[in-house]
Amino acid sequence: MLKINNLKASIEGKDILKGINLEVKAGEIHAIMGPNGSGKSTLASILAGREEFEVTDGSIEYQEKDLLALAPEERAAEGIFLAFQYPVEIPGVSSTNFLKTAVNQIREYKGIEPINSVEFLSMLKDKMKLVDIDQSLLQRSVNEGFSGGEKKRNEIFQMAILEPKLSILDETDSGLDIDALKIVSDGVNKLRSKDNATIVVTHYQRLLNYIVPDYVHVLYNGRIVKSGGKELAIELEEKGYDWIKQESDAQLA
Amino acid sequence: MSTVADQPNIHKKIHTNFEILENKLNGTSKWPIHQVRKQALSVFNEQGLPGVKHEEYKYTQLGKALEKHFDFTQKAEPQIANIEKYKADLYFSDDLINLSFVNGQFVPELSDKYEEAGINILEFSEAYEKHQSKIDEHFSKYAKVESDPFIALNTAFAENGAYIEVVDNKIVEKPVFLNFITDSSMGEVVTYPRNLIIAGKNSQVSVVERYLSDGDHPSFVNSVFEAVVYQDAILNYYLIEREGENNYHLATTQINQVEKSYVNCYAVSLSGAMVRNNLNLVLDAEYCESNMFGIYLLNGKSHVDNHTMVDHRKPNCESNELYKGVMDEQSTGIFNGKIFVRQYAQKTNAFQSNKNIVLSNNASVNTKPQLEIWADDVKCSHGCTTGQLDAEQIFYLQSRGVSKQRAKAILLYAFVNDIVNKISLDNIRENIQKTITERLYLDLGVE
Repeated sequence: MLKINNLKASIEGKDILKGINLEVKAGEIHAIMGPNGSGKSTLASILAGREEFEVTDGSIEYQEKDLLALAPEERAAEGIFLAFQYPVEIPGVSSTNFLKTAVNQIREYKGIEPINSVEFLSMLKDKMKLVDIDQSLLQRSVNEGFSGGEKKRNEIFQMAILEPKLSILDETDSGLDIDALKIVSDGVNKLRSKDNATIVVTHYQRLLNYIVPDYVHVLYNGRIVKSGGKELAIELEEKGYDWIKQESDAQLA
Repeated sequence: MSTVADQPNIHKKIHTNFEILENKLNGTSKWPIHQVRKQALSVFNEQGLPGVKHEEYKYTQLGKALEKHFDFTQKAEPQIANIEKYKADLYFSDDLINLSFVNGQFVPELSDKYEEAGINILEFSEAYEKHQSKIDEHFSKYAKVESDPFIALNTAFAENGAYIEVVDNKIVEKPVFLNFITDSSMGEVVTYPRNLIIAGKNSQVSVVERYLSDGDHPSFVNSVFEAVVYQDAILNYYLIEREGENNYHLATTQINQVEKSYVNCYAVSLSGAMVRNNLNLVLDAEYCESNMFGIYLLNGKSHVDNHTMVDHRKPNCESNELYKGVMDEQSTGIFNGKIFVRQYAQKTNAFQSNKNIVLSNNASVNTKPQLEIWADDVKCSHGCTTGQLDAEQIFYLQSRGVSKQRAKAILLYAFVNDIVNKISLDNIRENIQKTITERLYLDLGVE
């Protein structure tokens, strides 16, 4: 589904990613872990098409397409979804209208008729249950005045509506208490299928107790320095990141 | 003197035009209203069109523009094409009352007859025949000719427009749409619409002053909307300007408020070569409330200048002002908001805010709040911001499949809709929303 090849990227002349290689297949869950500043969020942002980053080398192939040639909205229509670490508030734009516009623009891209209002509302109702989101939130402006937990749940709710093929969860656990974490993870797990894949970006192992990864990669200094199964995450939780840093720095020296 | 424009030709033409007007009057030239016109002309002669250094017209060189683009030769008969062609731009419905004017001329075929005891909604000349003493009592009493050369010029040529009088305790259930269409397809057009509104005690009325234009020749509209709002009365006023790239417009709105009256003003400017709105509110009694909202959504080479003035003369009044602007392409937006709080006007609350979004490197905005406060027990605040659309918000919408252009349109709509949502009359609010949507989506190339 996704093949990242020697990806290098910088922002304002500063190199952030220094050669990432990663392959994600349908049905898999990959966790990307690593200390702060290692480039985890940058990788997530580049996959979604954020323009501030400059890709200086390498390629990303997504479903046999050159992902880097697509605009963010085209990537969304092709099935890529980024759950934001900091979902932005958009005053004056109603959540419901925004979602309907998104759904219809994606349908338009795919050459499908726009969704009718009845269909749309029943879809909203279904998906609301999935993340236990209150109807009143949808009547408000996008994320405006939402608590941290509500914002994160709203991200997963949008994910449920848009039914992506590749979901990227960027630090979705940050700022979530344990109850909210369970609800969010539960939602993500219900959306899993053999046809879609998930990349979970996180600093801590806790989320991975609920969203169990098939692979864990450790990102440090712009490179994936270690990959393994879910047990790697547990090891990181116990020992911290220092041993990885030392190992990696020693290799480079 | 550089505060006065040097346009001997225009002044000469204006005098000739005034003679044409007088010749038409026949027996009515002795009427009081014509004495007011003559007086106004002499005031205009003294003032002249504002020159390049005129403090109030520094950023909007209307005098210069008029000299450059206008001939001011008045045709004997106003040119009106087939009225059918104007129908598409008007709203005909049982829920509103239309009075329509093309090139200054009242057009009965595009207007509604409205008859109800205590409510007079008439075209100006008919109104003058029927309600002369009332008009003489109020005409030119609030929009003072000495205060601005364009008020003087308008007053000198005032003969067309609307007269709305609502007696005490009457409510006009339907909004009144005053449609002014300027059609310069057959040549230059200069018009002087003049509207007089008298809202009696405890009365209510909503008036929409709409300006549209058609044609490639230059046109200049010098309009005055003059209103007095008595005790406990409510006036909702909407100025909607959607004129062409050859249209120059100076719109004066002068509203005087009497005790415990309530006024809401909305000014929406969407286009025009050069538009200057002078909105003047005088709070001349205690416990008045005034709300002023403005939207300017500009592209091309449009130049729109909103000058607002609130004069708090008496204690315990409140005024709120919020103007929002979006400037694209090579457009220019100007906001100048004056608030005067006189020494006697204690316990005044006056708030003002101006927010702008500039979308292009060639667009610009100039904003200037001006507070002059002589009273010492008041609450006043003002603020202005100018910025761009939030890149993070655009990316967020894009990441959900919304195209960049549409994301911008959605965000701009939200920015201005904050004001439109305050309009309580459904048909007017929806009308404005429709106009803004058309405008945003057409200009941004979104379907």
